[in-house]
Amino acid sequence: MILAQAQTIAAPSVDVSILLPMLFMAVGGLLILTMTSIKKDIPAWFITSWAVGSCGGAIISSIVLWNQLGNDGASSTVAGAVGFDGFSVFLTVVIASAVAMASLLAHPYLEREGLEGVELHVLLLLSGTGGIVMAFSNDLIVFFLGLETLSMAVYVLAAMHRRRIQSQEAGMKYFVLGAFSSTFLLYGIALIYGATGSTNLIEIQGFLANNLLVEDGLLLGGIALLIVGLAFKVGAAPFHSWTPDVYDGAPTPVVAYMASGVKAAGFAALLRILSSTFSSVVDDWVPAIEVIAALTLIIGSLSAIVQTNVKRMLAYSSISHAGFIMLGVLAASDRGTSAALFYLFTYAFLVSGTMAALTILGGKGDNDFSFESMQGLGRRKPILAFALMIFLFAQAGIPFTSGFVAKFGVIAAAVDSENYWVAIVAVFAAVVGAFLYLKVLVSMFLQEPQDNARDVEIPGSVGVVLATAVVVTLLFGIFPGLLDGFATDALVELTTGQ
Amino acid sequence: MVDFVYLVPLFPLLGFISLMLVGRRLGEPAAGYLATAACGGAFASTVVTFFGIRGLEEEERQVTKTLFNWVIAGDFGVDVAFLVDPLSVAMMLFVTGIGTLIHLYSVGYMHGDPNFSKFFIYLNMFVFSMLILVLGDNLLLTFLGWEGVGACSYFLVSFWFTEEKNAMAGKKAFVTNRVGDWGFMVATFLAFATIGSIDYLTINGTAAQLSTPVLAALILLLFVGVMGKSAQFPLYLWLPDAMAGPTPVSALIHAATMVTSGVYLLTRVNGLIYEALLHAQWVTNIIAWVGVGTAFFAATIAIAQTDIKKVLAYSTVSQLGYMVLAVGSGVFVAAIFHMITHAFFKALLFLGSGSVIHGMDDDQDMRRYGGLRKLMPITSATFIIGWLAIAGVPPFAGFWSKDEILLSAWDLGGLNGKLLWFFGLITALMTAFYMSRQVFMTFYGDYRFGDPDADEVDEAWAAYLAHAQDAKLEAGTAADDAIEAHTKAVAALETAREAYVDAQIELSQAADEEATVAAQKVVDAKSTAVDKAEAAEEKAQAARDEAGAVAKAASQADADARSEASRRVEPAPGEQLTAGAASEFVPAAVKQRAEHHPHESNWQMTTPLVVLAVLSIFGGLLNLPFTSDLHFLEHWLEPSIVFEHKFAASGLTKWILAIVSIVAGGIGIMGAVMIYLKHNADPKKIEKPILLDAWGYDRAVSAFMGGPGAKMFEGIAWLDANIVDGMVNGTGSFVRGSGSAVRRLQSGLVRSYALGITLGSVALLAWFLVRVAA
Repeated sequence: MILAQAQTIAAPSVDVSILLPMLFMAVGGLLILTMTSIKKDIPAWFITSWAVGSCGGAIISSIVLWNQLGNDGASSTVAGAVGFDGFSVFLTVVIASAVAMASLLAHPYLEREGLEGVELHVLLLLSGTGGIVMAFSNDLIVFFLGLETLSMAVYVLAAMHRRRIQSQEAGMKYFVLGAFSSTFLLYGIALIYGATGSTNLIEIQGFLANNLLVEDGLLLGGIALLIVGLAFKVGAAPFHSWTPDVYDGAPTPVVAYMASGVKAAGFAALLRILSSTFSSVVDDWVPAIEVIAALTLIIGSLSAIVQTNVKRMLAYSSISHAGFIMLGVLAASDRGTSAALFYLFTYAFLVSGTMAALTILGGKGDNDFSFESMQGLGRRKPILAFALMIFLFAQAGIPFTSGFVAKFGVIAAAVDSENYWVAIVAVFAAVVGAFLYLKVLVSMFLQEPQDNARDVEIPGSVGVVLATAVVVTLLFGIFPGLLDGFATDALVELTTGQ
Repeated sequence: MVDFVYLVPLFPLLGFISLMLVGRRLGEPAAGYLATAACGGAFASTVVTFFGIRGLEEEERQVTKTLFNWVIAGDFGVDVAFLVDPLSVAMMLFVTGIGTLIHLYSVGYMHGDPNFSKFFIYLNMFVFSMLILVLGDNLLLTFLGWEGVGACSYFLVSFWFTEEKNAMAGKKAFVTNRVGDWGFMVATFLAFATIGSIDYLTINGTAAQLSTPVLAALILLLFVGVMGKSAQFPLYLWLPDAMAGPTPVSALIHAATMVTSGVYLLTRVNGLIYEALLHAQWVTNIIAWVGVGTAFFAATIAIAQTDIKKVLAYSTVSQLGYMVLAVGSGVFVAAIFHMITHAFFKALLFLGSGSVIHGMDDDQDMRRYGGLRKLMPITSATFIIGWLAIAGVPPFAGFWSKDEILLSAWDLGGLNGKLLWFFGLITALMTAFYMSRQVFMTFYGDYRFGDPDADEVDEAWAAYLAHAQDAKLEAGTAADDAIEAHTKAVAALETAREAYVDAQIELSQAADEEATVAAQKVVDAKSTAVDKAEAAEEKAQAARDEAGAVAKAASQADADARSEASRRVEPAPGEQLTAGAASEFVPAAVKQRAEHHPHESNWQMTTPLVVLAVLSIFGGLLNLPFTSDLHFLEHWLEPSIVFEHKFAASGLTKWILAIVSIVAGGIGIMGAVMIYLKHNADPKKIEKPILLDAWGYDRAVSAFMGGPGAKMFEGIAWLDANIVDGMVNGTGSFVRGSGSAVRRLQSGLVRSYALGITLGSVALLAWFLVRVAA
């Protein structure tokens, strides 16, 4: 799509190999849509495999790109609008993995809920394409394009469950508020353009490096509005209010994608634009992000405690995770960026695994998420309970899980760049968080199953997600070095003015 | 032989895993014995490790056994390593040793419990976590164990108590422990940021180079963690609540091991504290004063408790205060010494109380105990030894360790040291008093389990009075009825007589023969009626008189009961409580108790008691003060403590202080003898309600947590709380159809979200505007 547009309008040079990951996702999605409209009886397993395969293509091409990056270094294409560096490739892997896992979760979900069809998979792929465009964007316009591609699909995804009224409601709410926040974002971009004369991030950074703005009101106003739009997307307080409702209402596999993929894309923009492009004005935006991070951490962790519904509780806990990742943003350093990347990668698997368990536990109708329904799971389904326990440990930040290393990394980065008070708040949120997960564990292992407890089975594709997530969570928890090396290399290189 | 240390945590871990897998199948008692064997294996390995360490030269006695290097971030890694040194070995010896005994005890105690095997899963899991805490060579690994033991404690308490009643206890435990953990974590980050390492040897080694603010912050933040875990004021609240768990859990986790881990942690970082003693004594003074304050405060509360376990709970808080005082005085040997002896005698006392509770049909109220000495000979004999140990009677273990702590406080010098010593001394006096009180109430005096207690006597009296009053009212009503019946009979008689007179007049006026005969018949009939009415009236009169008498008697009985009640005197202290005239009305529970026959516990429970009793007698031998050769523990710990502490006090001073503390203990015991054994004074003079109520502090915190605290808690979620309601209510009233979603939007919810976003944006813009202006 982008390719076609770019060629007809300005005909800049296009390095197609760099665009391969998004092409895999977008073309994969469009092809399967076409196929199913031609041939009606394509089996569900084929659709799911196709979607996962498309993501696999994106991931494999990313690995190839990563190696190419090692040889040739960072570069840009499509007239500097698409930036190719370790950062974008790394996040592409995160987003593509998130889409693949959501597809796998959706497979049995659609069948159980009687919603068979190709649409959810296609929308996931297209939304993922938007996310990857955001990760690659080196221009505010391209970034906005990616954001809207991502968001439009997610609005529909949230409302995908036709028979659940909460799902419809979630989609509607998300759409109205999302559109609302997009206007802020767009206006912010306009102001930044007005202040710097460019929408290209490298040019903006270069401009700010070489010029001292006498009147920086336009620029700062633009940054403020940009922050509003992005904080909304990642669910940071005080722009988080949609999160619990939407997470509660949206189909569980979609929630998995929203918490992992959408969050990663949103942070991709925050990291690239704020931590990197606007690094020369850190004194202006860091205090604002500090307050946002602290609010997000406090509201997320404390509100989670009073919830009586596991899915809602996890929605708040995902808000508090956003607060932690914010620490990596506000560190505004290489260390912070790589810590945030590490966090995003491991969290994507963590939250997908958690949602995988919830997909199964929610039962037909996708709405039974009370603590009571978890009772005695340890005896009823020991393996599922064990996997969920690992994820909850990781979310709580227990050592030797990826969650601990991730939290440690962002807090250490914040301490490193002398943002002490937010770090202290983060430690507070971390210890409060531990209690939450304990609550679920008590339900699962200490309490007797209810008499009417449903018999649950683990469908194969969900099992794959669970197993992958457990392996990733433990592997990178015990040997963080395996991933940390990549995260450290995956820095924003393009905008440093090379 | 030091390599055997790997086996120490491995045994309980294997026990945990195998019980997880096959515990249910093993069932009772095999699962319990398996867990006991796992803990015993850990103990045996510890003993081997101990000899391994002993075999080394003194300066080589700090061995780091690295499992692997855990690189967390590119430039920062943590060794997952065990620090095997005299300190950790000493701690492991008593954790696994006492742990094994308590496992064995639990086999007897948990007999018949439906969750028998599950209980041992958590017990093994606890021992494993505790060993990680002890063995960890850095703050992070210790923290892992720290959280693990906390979680096990939470699990084991909520094991039996999942109902609403414990929600508040849970909240309190949550808040206090979170505060503590927060301190620990921030301290870890601070060490990482300032020292660049979090392992103990490096921290202690670089302590001298730290600036005073960093040093103070590190110590105090760690101390916040200690206040949470080792139940120091103001974070001690969770510990008395945790005693709701099964008694072996109280003994193992909430008395002997887990709660001492704070003291252990401070001893691990003794290099830091030593620096503070030299350059920032205010820091160590805070620790010392919190310790002695907690010791004193908790001891006052223990005096008035009536629940046998609550006394021991507050006593534990108080004794932990002593240990913290020792740390604050810089005498780590004294702290560890008391930690060990306390583990012996407090585990003994808790297990003994469990045996009593078991024998007394799960009744924990000491006021109903008494005279159990003859019925439970082993329990009482061992409990008495524990009492003498904690009360500071030489030569039992507690005397030596407590005396060492008091001496270290005195040795700080100046008014500060003397005041610390003084409060410690008064606490010792109170300790002797409340422990003697407990022993006398439980094991001495008359057996009175079948007797009503004060509340039940009041209840009986109330029932008796109510009964008398009911009888009076009933008789009164009956009398009134009888009077009314009589009045009616009199009236009937009157009517009959009038009718008779009328009939006679009729007869006298009769005109002819026929009429006369007829009138005569009527007169006869009326005459019979009058006779009948007379008889009825007579009967009614008799009934009236009788009812009147009964009513009078009932009224008298009621008045008597009232006067009896008003003349009811409080029984003299020690005198058996009876309900007197109201005896018939004592609650059924009393009769039930009267039929209960206390019994001595089975061998699994008494064996640990005997072993611990022996240890409580001879524990003092570890570190006798007389000559340097007898300071076994001090010499043993030397490699772990960065500096050598020498008491400044002269030999004479030491003797005087020791004698003073013996006298203080003696006064405490004598006071209890006077009040609870000889009944020379009324216990109510000592057992003030405010003490029973823990100075109202606990209640105030609970009230806050339940009221404003909970509101604040939920108020933080204010933005979201109304949404929760909106969601729940909205779903039900939702009208199907395309317009409904729009209606939903107009309900204001989305608008309020949008408003939130707008307000946030305004705030952000305002900030940036400020920046523009600047």
